[in-house]
Amino acid sequence: MAEINTNDIVRPENLTYVKSKILTDNVMHYCPGCGHSTAHRVLAEVIEEEDLQSRTVGITPVGCSVLMYNYIDVDFQEAAHGRAPALATAVKRLMPEKFVFTYQGDGDLAAIGTAETIHTCNRGENILILFINNGIYGMTGGQMAPTTLEGMKSSTSPYGREVATMGSPIKMADIVALLPGTCYVTRQSVNTAGGVRKLKRALKKAVQYQNEKRGTCFIEVVSNCPSGWKMTPVESNKWMEENMFPFYPLGDIKVPAE
Amino acid sequence: MEKELRLMKGNEAIAEAAIRAGADGYFGYPITPQSEILEYLMEANPRETTGMVVLQAESEVAAINMVYGGAGCGKKVMTSSSSPGISLKQEGITYIAGAELPCLIVNVVRGGPGLGTIQPAQSDYFQATKGGGHGDYHLIVLAPASVQEMADFVEMSFDLAFKYRNPVMILSDGAIGQMMEKVYLKPQKKRSDEILPWATTGKPATRERNIITSLDLDPERQEKFNHKLIAKYREIEEKEVLFEEFMTDDAEYLFVAYGTSARICQKALQMARHEGIKAGLLRPITLFPYPKKRLNELADRVKGMLAVEMSAGQMVEDVMLSVNGKTRVSHYGRMGGMIPTPEEVLENLKLFIKGQEKWQR
Repeated sequence: MAEINTNDIVRPENLTYVKSKILTDNVMHYCPGCGHSTAHRVLAEVIEEEDLQSRTVGITPVGCSVLMYNYIDVDFQEAAHGRAPALATAVKRLMPEKFVFTYQGDGDLAAIGTAETIHTCNRGENILILFINNGIYGMTGGQMAPTTLEGMKSSTSPYGREVATMGSPIKMADIVALLPGTCYVTRQSVNTAGGVRKLKRALKKAVQYQNEKRGTCFIEVVSNCPSGWKMTPVESNKWMEENMFPFYPLGDIKVPAE
Repeated sequence: MEKELRLMKGNEAIAEAAIRAGADGYFGYPITPQSEILEYLMEANPRETTGMVVLQAESEVAAINMVYGGAGCGKKVMTSSSSPGISLKQEGITYIAGAELPCLIVNVVRGGPGLGTIQPAQSDYFQATKGGGHGDYHLIVLAPASVQEMADFVEMSFDLAFKYRNPVMILSDGAIGQMMEKVYLKPQKKRSDEILPWATTGKPATRERNIITSLDLDPERQEKFNHKLIAKYREIEEKEVLFEEFMTDDAEYLFVAYGTSARICQKALQMARHEGIKAGLLRPITLFPYPKKRLNELADRVKGMLAVEMSAGQMVEDVMLSVNGKTRVSHYGRMGGMIPTPEEVLENLKLFIKGQEKWQR
């Protein structure tokens, strides 16, 4: 039998999925099963399909996704911890025609950067805030996050999050939805094909609203952290569905009037 | 258009000069004694004339990070604050230095530490000239001594900032910020629409993506970058030193003072000369780079140098490093918002001449 190589199989007529041109060929550093890679991929597809590359400026946070600029082929600024919305504010104000987004984790957005998050949303800056909530500090090795669930164990809540001394997990999407400056607030996930499709639709809406200067769009992605949660990817997705989703229910929280 | 003459506060002069220099954005947070800068800009409303963005941020931290964002787009952006607010901005400033971005930061200094006082001081010298935040870096630091220089140094700062891709600080104080003097204003410059090759303005097909960052996890590359920064600072020290001299030709004793203290020393110098004391004054205009070479030359022919500062003795350390033991160096200062009179400066020069000054090191 003749030897078969990759090029014999990868033919246009056989393709059902193509990697977005906006994704670089750099190998992602994310742990196996982590939602970040999928969220990056969906965002890259939206940038490509909406033809945004030449007018996109992204702001990366401090956290697991600090090196996001290695994976998505658009101009990026890397912010100090929690400050991404402040950078995005200036970028958008000075260049209103650009598509501007921040990509932030829960420590970045809901702890150290709370003031920037609230006030950027309150001013109604015409930007997209993409918030990845996995309830833990992944990069620093699994410490308690502001969004860590009650009773959930982490390296700084080894007996489980005790609400009496550590406070309750904070629901940032619900908080920013109360502010008149936000036009679109939604909570999505990337653990299923259906979830990925819904996130993509949400991102496309955010692009449309930013083009229409409607105000701040805030998309939360409830995600997993197999390494930080000390679970296999499959276990972490199951745990997320059983524990995270009931506390952080998926769906639109605020939609603009048409 | 001819130059325009106006009577203005130092803070107002900075604001007006920023508009006229074609600044693209100002991001600030109110703090005494410099709130007039934000107030003036809000009232002038340059959005309607030059298109300049003026935004009151939720904190000094947010303001400096807005400056980072704007600078990363290659825009002419600035912020201003006073000592406690500048401390808050330090994180952003070191990121800006680390990402090699141009911007202007104005510090209208008040007495400290902590909340301190709202009165003028020069106690942020170390913070301004030695870095201020974490990591090895320098700002270019300009020290105005008049309302005119408050205005003139704005455009100069932007030019230096873009020439070296480095943050520039105007280190002023509450006295120069608040006092009114006549000031000649330059005509309005058009805002630049040039797209800088390194700026994040959206990636066209014709270039690689631009990344503004201060992060490098590879220590060998990071050290190379540190060397690159050092080389830049050495070049700045070679080319950008500015200072002013008064009666140094035959001076036996030299005042070294900047900003408000330099003005007081000018008067003390006249009084000293009247009494037959051959005093002179060197006023550093750039505090980084510091006029080390010139002070070292002067050290060969004076009997001593007295650094006069509104601090516990900060700049005096740079005078000592500059003269490297060639001549006697001492310090006279007031703190906590107190401003020395020419009489007390002269009195302390006389004590210094007799070797009886209080400050010893």
